[in-house]
Amino acid sequence: MTDGERDLLLRMDGICKSFPGVVALDNAWLRVGRGEVHCLVGQNGAGKSTLMKILNGAYRKDRGTITFDGREVDFHKPHEAQEAGISTIYQEINLVPYRSVAENIFMGREPRRFGLINWPRMNREASQVLSRLGIQIDVRQPLMKLNVALQQMVAIARAVSFQAKLVIMDEPTSSLAEHEVATLFEVIRGLKAQGVSVIYISHRLDELHQIGDRITIMRDGQTIEERPLSEISKLEIVAKMLGRELDVVQQAGATGFRKRAAHTDGEPLLEVKHLRRGRVLQDASVSARPGEIVGLAGLLGSGRTEVARAIFGADPVDDGEIRINGQRARFRSPADAIRAGIGFCTEDRKSEGIIPYLSVRENLTLAALPTLARNGIVDRARQREIVDRYVRLLGIKAASAEQKIRELSGGNQQKVLLARWLCLNPKLLLLDEPTRGIDVGAKAEIQKLIDDLADAGLGVLMISSEIEELLEGSDRITVMRDGKTVAEFERDEIDQRALLTAMAHGASAEQAEA
Amino acid sequence: MANVGQTEARPARPAADRVVLPRWLRAAGQTHGAVIALLLLVLFNAIFTTNYLAWSTLRVNLDQVATIVIVGIGMTLVIATGGIDLSVGALMAIAGSLAPLIFDSDWGPLDRPWVGIPLAIVLPILLTGFLGLFNGFLVTYFRIQPIIATLVLYLGGRGIAKALSDGILLDFNNPSFEYLGKGRPLGIPVQVILMAILLLIAAWMMRSTVFGRYILATGGNEPAARLAGVPVSRVKLAVYAISGLLAGLAGLIWAARISAADPYRAGEFMELDAIAAAAVGGTALTGGRATIIGTLLGAVIIQQVRFTLISHNVSDGTTRIVIAAAIILAVLIQRQREQ
Amino acid sequence: MTARTASQEPTTSGWQQWAAGLLRQQGALIALIAIFLFGVWRYGENFTSEFNLWTLLRNNTYFGLIALGMTFVIMTGGIDLSVGAVVALTAVAAARLSGEGLWVAVAGAIGLGLGVGLINGALIARFRIQPFIVTLATLLAARGGALNLSNNASVSIDFNSNFKDLWRTNVGEVPLPVVITAFAFLLGSIALNLTRFGRHVLAIGGNEEAARLAGLPIARTLVAVYALSGALAGLSGALLAAQGNTGSPIAGIGWELTAIAAVVVGGTLLTGGRGSVWTTLVGVLLLGLIFNELNFERGKGTFELTQYWEEVIRGAFLLLVVILQSRLTRRASASTT
Repeated sequence: MTDGERDLLLRMDGICKSFPGVVALDNAWLRVGRGEVHCLVGQNGAGKSTLMKILNGAYRKDRGTITFDGREVDFHKPHEAQEAGISTIYQEINLVPYRSVAENIFMGREPRRFGLINWPRMNREASQVLSRLGIQIDVRQPLMKLNVALQQMVAIARAVSFQAKLVIMDEPTSSLAEHEVATLFEVIRGLKAQGVSVIYISHRLDELHQIGDRITIMRDGQTIEERPLSEISKLEIVAKMLGRELDVVQQAGATGFRKRAAHTDGEPLLEVKHLRRGRVLQDASVSARPGEIVGLAGLLGSGRTEVARAIFGADPVDDGEIRINGQRARFRSPADAIRAGIGFCTEDRKSEGIIPYLSVRENLTLAALPTLARNGIVDRARQREIVDRYVRLLGIKAASAEQKIRELSGGNQQKVLLARWLCLNPKLLLLDEPTRGIDVGAKAEIQKLIDDLADAGLGVLMISSEIEELLEGSDRITVMRDGKTVAEFERDEIDQRALLTAMAHGASAEQAEA
Repeated sequence: MANVGQTEARPARPAADRVVLPRWLRAAGQTHGAVIALLLLVLFNAIFTTNYLAWSTLRVNLDQVATIVIVGIGMTLVIATGGIDLSVGALMAIAGSLAPLIFDSDWGPLDRPWVGIPLAIVLPILLTGFLGLFNGFLVTYFRIQPIIATLVLYLGGRGIAKALSDGILLDFNNPSFEYLGKGRPLGIPVQVILMAILLLIAAWMMRSTVFGRYILATGGNEPAARLAGVPVSRVKLAVYAISGLLAGLAGLIWAARISAADPYRAGEFMELDAIAAAAVGGTALTGGRATIIGTLLGAVIIQQVRFTLISHNVSDGTTRIVIAAAIILAVLIQRQREQ
Repeated sequence: MTARTASQEPTTSGWQQWAAGLLRQQGALIALIAIFLFGVWRYGENFTSEFNLWTLLRNNTYFGLIALGMTFVIMTGGIDLSVGAVVALTAVAAARLSGEGLWVAVAGAIGLGLGVGLINGALIARFRIQPFIVTLATLLAARGGALNLSNNASVSIDFNSNFKDLWRTNVGEVPLPVVITAFAFLLGSIALNLTRFGRHVLAIGGNEEAARLAGLPIARTLVAVYALSGALAGLSGALLAAQGNTGSPIAGIGWELTAIAAVVVGGTLLTGGRGSVWTTLVGVLLLGLIFNELNFERGKGTFELTQYWEEVIRGAFLLLVVILQSRLTRRASASTT
């Protein structure tokens, strides 16, 4: 079966899928060649995940055909797809932490002899599978002893051990550090060399050209474009995902930040010096002035989030000092920090941000409740007034203030969470990945809002993994690595290369080269 | 773009692993299941049970439902924070066993009724409130799962009650104390008045106070609530303590009504009744969503099931089996509503 | 297991961690040996007599059996609160059936227990209701069934039947109930370590979503686990009826707690995913030994202890154990984050 000169392994045509009230896929199609790394991109809600779940049997399609390896297929359960040669590696690693590496690789098809599990053979074969990926570890140790990257490799080893012809990777790098990503890419190239195809889903557009052969772009449940990656630029990809004209995107820049006048004078609002906590924070220092956006850069595990949590009183601190407006502060709980005028938007909205079954109104005013109450009784009129104001101010799209927050899109949830802090008139906002997992349009709106807040005199500490967000948004960037502050750049002395070097090597470019 | 963003967040549709109730039952259950069930029960009794619509029958039913509701209110608050309190029945037994030891005591000032009776009411309730606080302490400070933490007193508590009353049913005769279970100001049983007051306070508290919001936030998403400044540990301590206080009050009412301290039967299976009342009424057992009025409705339904069976001479054993089945059915319908 | 906690390997080492680890893994065994030695020292010959030790073992067989079933249930992350009531139900059933002979009575008791377990498993696995709710309801139903089956009173066994041999026979020196229980634990250990069923139990308790995606037969495994727990409770009920010559509908109250305590003291995680059959046996023996020695102490007249306090002590024991487990697991996880 060929498509031009391509030898196709997978062909999905005219796939339709609706959920109550929403059309998730509308005649979507996808073609993947043998031994090809095929990137699949699109905004949140474009239908990528739904398409993959239909392919691996987690969902049933309403219409359309799937041809895999020459035959028409329709899987009803994920393990049917797995047996046919389609393995999926999910964003959160779906393995069993207490069980050994070998058990995780062979879970569900443990080798047996006389009906009993053959442990020696299972361990031997697990080692073999891993060494084919270039990984040497003790397969008898519990999975939880491994770091995330190695756990990811175990997941891949599991996928490969099924004699997979196609491996689907859903955001595999979202929790990996830079050098771990490199290892992952090597493994992917190894798979490719063995003739295995890979569908690679990622929000990190920078990675695509490094690893991908072809790209399929989806938007609003439809397939918009398929092309070799060598023929399409990053900017074009963004444009296709957004459905905008190319030149508009170029004019607007990659983010919603505009060039503001830098606020580099004035007394510091926040000073953090030599913060230590266990192994995660070794020596962290950061500061922010009113009206200043300070970017906090670093790879995953560098201690960025932990600094914010420590400032906010969410985690105890072993040593070091935190000063707010020159006053020494040590908050024992987030409630203390909130009273001192600090707000903290967490990285993971779902697990640490929203209260899913409460309304927009209640979520928005949750932190402000003590100020909205007299003798413990909530002043409803004031509550409603505040909610109305912020819904309007931030352009929160909800059916009403009484709608449950779980029913809102990611971008609107994030706006509600921002409003949760803004309605307290804070002095300092800690934003951890404020635009992660939000589609491009809403992203720009939130970035513009952050700008406006800084203009209004707020100090902002912005943690981000997106280089462009850091470079275009920050007045100053503090770089962390291994729990330590390793570099600090003023806005006009930094470029992408210097920043990446500091994140990776812990020193500025000159020092690294010297 | 705002609306398409929701599609991928939708939970995976269960395939064959999960049994789904028939659509009509699900639809009915989702909207007015509890109310319909109650109406059917009332209709059945109105036709087949003699004297069902008499004032005395209503009063008996109200009498019995009051303890379930009082305990159920505390249970609803605990469940709303994402917890569970299995110890309530045992706490009832403790309160009921302690009270006669106080008002029947010859010791010093306790001999005088105006000292003995108030203390016989206040001290047991304080004790069970304190034991509730202890439950909360295990759950918050030691981070022990609520089921296990409250299981300790579920059994150990009954042991304490038996030890207090020497393992025997202890009859007493003390009209002032018995007023708590037998009094009828304006013809209305005292415990029904107490129930009504507590219901109003609890419903108002859930709707209008910061504490009520904090309870739902804690149960809805605990890490998020903590980061929004909600004092989650204190909230949990408070709900377990309230649950203990209310169980103590219910235990006193129970003892007063039968004029005896019965460490074996007092509050037996009350934890089930209270959990079922909450679940039938629409409180999510996973926390974060709760309704006090629903718990009243749920308690009335359970009481009606029991009354119907007993008044038709169904044996005690069979009554238990039917109630168990009813609880499972109620939770099942409730679960389907969550999906 | 979140990505964050798993991402760093443990580095802090030293004797503290080693001691904590040893205490966590073998704490129950160490305590067992210590308490045994204490008994030898304080009560001497009476304590170490063959009679006392065999009685001690035999009188803990019914706890051992339900604790074995509970081990599997807890390893899936569930709980079975109905076992005590099932013991009462099946003890009554065994007493009723005792006239038909040993085998019929035992098979009847096991079958009835299995039936309740299957209902538990079906409701939990197929309808996805929380285990504690389901088993609390079947606790109520099984007690109701026991009342019906016994007409609200204890049922005597048929003294002409060989049913009472179940308790009184010896195999060589060893009482039959002890042989049965030892065999059950042996089979349980093989099932856990050397069969797919056992591995699936641990996988489901460790990460149910992963188990589902791996195509493990989750529903079937869960049903099997609760059925096993019910069947073992049935066997336990038969032993109890044979011991006391009667089946009482109010027997077995609070036994679920004893079983849970025995499982947890052995180090099996209440959250599921990790555990062992042998440590449960140690837990059962530990509890049995404590009450044996309390009896000796009572015999010495050190204190008066009504039986009601036994319930309190069992509760306190569970409390102590879960507090210790919570501390130790927290220390262990603190050293890995």
